[in-house]
Amino acid sequence: MALNMSGAEMVIKALADQGVEYLFGYPGGAVLPIYDELFQQEKVKHVLVRQEGGAVHAAEGYARSTGKVGVVLVTSGPGATNAVTGLTDALMDSIPVVCLTGQVPTHLIGNDAFQECDTVGITRPCTKHNWLVKNVDDLARVLHEAFYVARSGRPGPVVVDIPKDVQFAVGTYTGPKDVKHKTYQPRLKGDAKAIAHAVDLMAHAKKPVLYTGGGVINSGPKASQLLRELVRLTGFPITSTLMGLGAFPASGREWLGMLGMHGTYEANLAMHDCDVMVCIGARFDDRITGRVDQFSPRSKKIHIDIDPSSINKNVKVDVPIVGDVGYVLEELIRTWKAKAATVDKTALKTWWAQIEKWRAKKCLSYKQVGDAIMPQYAIQRLYELTKDRDTYITTEVGQHQMWAAQFYRFEEPNRWMTSGGLGTMGYGLPAAIGVQMAHPKSTVIDIAGDASILMNIQEMSTAVQFRLPVKVFILNNQYMGMVRQWQQLLHGNRISESYTAALPDFVKLAEAYGGIGIRCEKPDELDDAIMAMLKAPADKPVIFDCRVAALANCFPMIPSGKAHHEMLLGEEVTDEDIDKAIGKEGKVLV
Amino acid sequence: MPNTQPGSAYFLDERKEASEAHTLSILVDNEPGVLARIAGLFSGRGYNIESLTVSETEHEKHLSRFTIVTTGTPMVLAQIKSQLERLVNVHRVVDLTVAGDPLERELALVKVAGKGEKRIEALRLAEIFRASVIDASTEHFVFEITGRISKIEQFIAIMRELGLLEVSRTGIAAIARGPKGM
Repeated sequence: MALNMSGAEMVIKALADQGVEYLFGYPGGAVLPIYDELFQQEKVKHVLVRQEGGAVHAAEGYARSTGKVGVVLVTSGPGATNAVTGLTDALMDSIPVVCLTGQVPTHLIGNDAFQECDTVGITRPCTKHNWLVKNVDDLARVLHEAFYVARSGRPGPVVVDIPKDVQFAVGTYTGPKDVKHKTYQPRLKGDAKAIAHAVDLMAHAKKPVLYTGGGVINSGPKASQLLRELVRLTGFPITSTLMGLGAFPASGREWLGMLGMHGTYEANLAMHDCDVMVCIGARFDDRITGRVDQFSPRSKKIHIDIDPSSINKNVKVDVPIVGDVGYVLEELIRTWKAKAATVDKTALKTWWAQIEKWRAKKCLSYKQVGDAIMPQYAIQRLYELTKDRDTYITTEVGQHQMWAAQFYRFEEPNRWMTSGGLGTMGYGLPAAIGVQMAHPKSTVIDIAGDASILMNIQEMSTAVQFRLPVKVFILNNQYMGMVRQWQQLLHGNRISESYTAALPDFVKLAEAYGGIGIRCEKPDELDDAIMAMLKAPADKPVIFDCRVAALANCFPMIPSGKAHHEMLLGEEVTDEDIDKAIGKEGKVLV
Repeated sequence: MPNTQPGSAYFLDERKEASEAHTLSILVDNEPGVLARIAGLFSGRGYNIESLTVSETEHEKHLSRFTIVTTGTPMVLAQIKSQLERLVNVHRVVDLTVAGDPLERELALVKVAGKGEKRIEALRLAEIFRASVIDASTEHFVFEITGRISKIEQFIAIMRELGLLEVSRTGIAAIARGPKGM
């Protein structure tokens, strides 16, 4: 069906045809025609953020909690450059985002016009793909291609840069069904031979471990169900990266907790000592592997990933399987059943006995300091008081993020939104706004730090405007806690610029925005205060200023340049250990 | 205990495996910015470009063909190929060096100035190398030479002693041997 309309109309029509409910954006000169069209329709709802960076994170939160594509609309120049951090964040974490940017009219491109920047040039390395549309007749096709590229294969952010004259020009609109991408056809099904080989390795494994990641979540809810079935079939222990939490329930017997730098003792030692590792939708990131040349030295490694460039990038694997996690797991389970494969039960029993010994270390235990609220305790209480509700958690970046990953227990996928790859402070509040827009009746909590929250605090205003009851739960220790932890460990306890002097009064700040402020300083008042937060009116955001023990640090920790079996456990760490743990040369590095 | 790797969670050891030079042929949609996309991938990920040539080779389909000579360890070379294949408007990537000893040719324009003996010697050597004279005066020659890199390098080295002024080179064009296309 071909229709004639203006470029701006096409944008709205294309969004509606793609099933877009919400658009996160901020107007400006170069997108005024599109905002004018937005004004005259009701299909696509616009969420006005307070800074373009917030728009991209909100779209990411929306995308991660729904599995749909998040959509952003910003103006040229500063609108586009402010979006760059969010785009890079979405690229690193493989989140589908379509970002539409206005551009100066085509005849002014390259003239250093007002609010002009080379948007496609700037965003080329931080998007999966981008387009500058110079002809209105290409616009509809490019918009539909953009959605296709963003959500297909390994998802990611894309940018469509639309000059203002193209928004005014009249051209022919084509619907999504008539658009098929010429080149981009990612492979979904895994190679049957490789899958059969993987089944053989798994059936003969004596010390297996499943190492899962964000790819399971990205593949859709069915992949998480298949993963659970695989664990039921095999009884293999399972761990996950930060990105993959929730794909397997934390209450499951086989769950070892998160792995990596701040992962559990049992998960990291199982990774180190295993003989068969099945990596499912994860990418052997440096926060996971620690020292690469000592990473799981005696294991055969199976790697399932939709992106061929993830294979053999950091760690050489024995059985690569390129494909979508959902398709591959389905085929893997079918092959397992068809071969009537069984596990080595005796060996597995011995392996589990070993894992139980590691578990008995209780690596997440912590010492109570005086009568302060311990940050770990705060997350534990938050979990206990919200676990029976329909809850979504976002975070900022730092110690609070790691404590949230360690102590909040996720049972389902798409419930946990955190900036993993890029580590973007300021992610949590706008992401929570995106989640709350998609799930208006649910409890959405941004577990935050006192430093991170200030990076996008302006989005409180968005939450108030849209009557979103997001809860910002700040573990306030008055430090950039993770920076300080590294300074203590790596830089001779010289606390350089990581003390946050002049913090605002968060209760008054919440009230100034028109939200609700709650403060809690004592452990015995914590439950009541959290309940007050949860029972707050359903049309107002809450900032919860949880004053926690200032100097608590995040353990366990694989110190810099060490392997998985050389973890530091919180209870045991002495100053001498810290001194020995990291070599002199290491102190200049991160 | 000796500290072999400085303390860091990042992999800091440089890989000591030997580097190899490989020639890649890359078929892409000829869209604006495609050169920046490919060049940006190499610079952004720290890969080397020894030589790069590009031109539209199939006009009706708007397909361009890049020939890139790059160096790296086998693991890095495999990464380069995978990363190129990830780009949305890349159709195909073939590592011609892996596929077999590819045919590689480069063209160079070489300007040599001089008088007397040296001038005669330059012309004589150009004939031996099958370089043709495409511009001349009583004080200079411009030679056009085509061949493998080694031949061109050798020709330039000789001309250096005979009044070499400047050189312009195209970079390598390459194609696989045998009856099959890419």
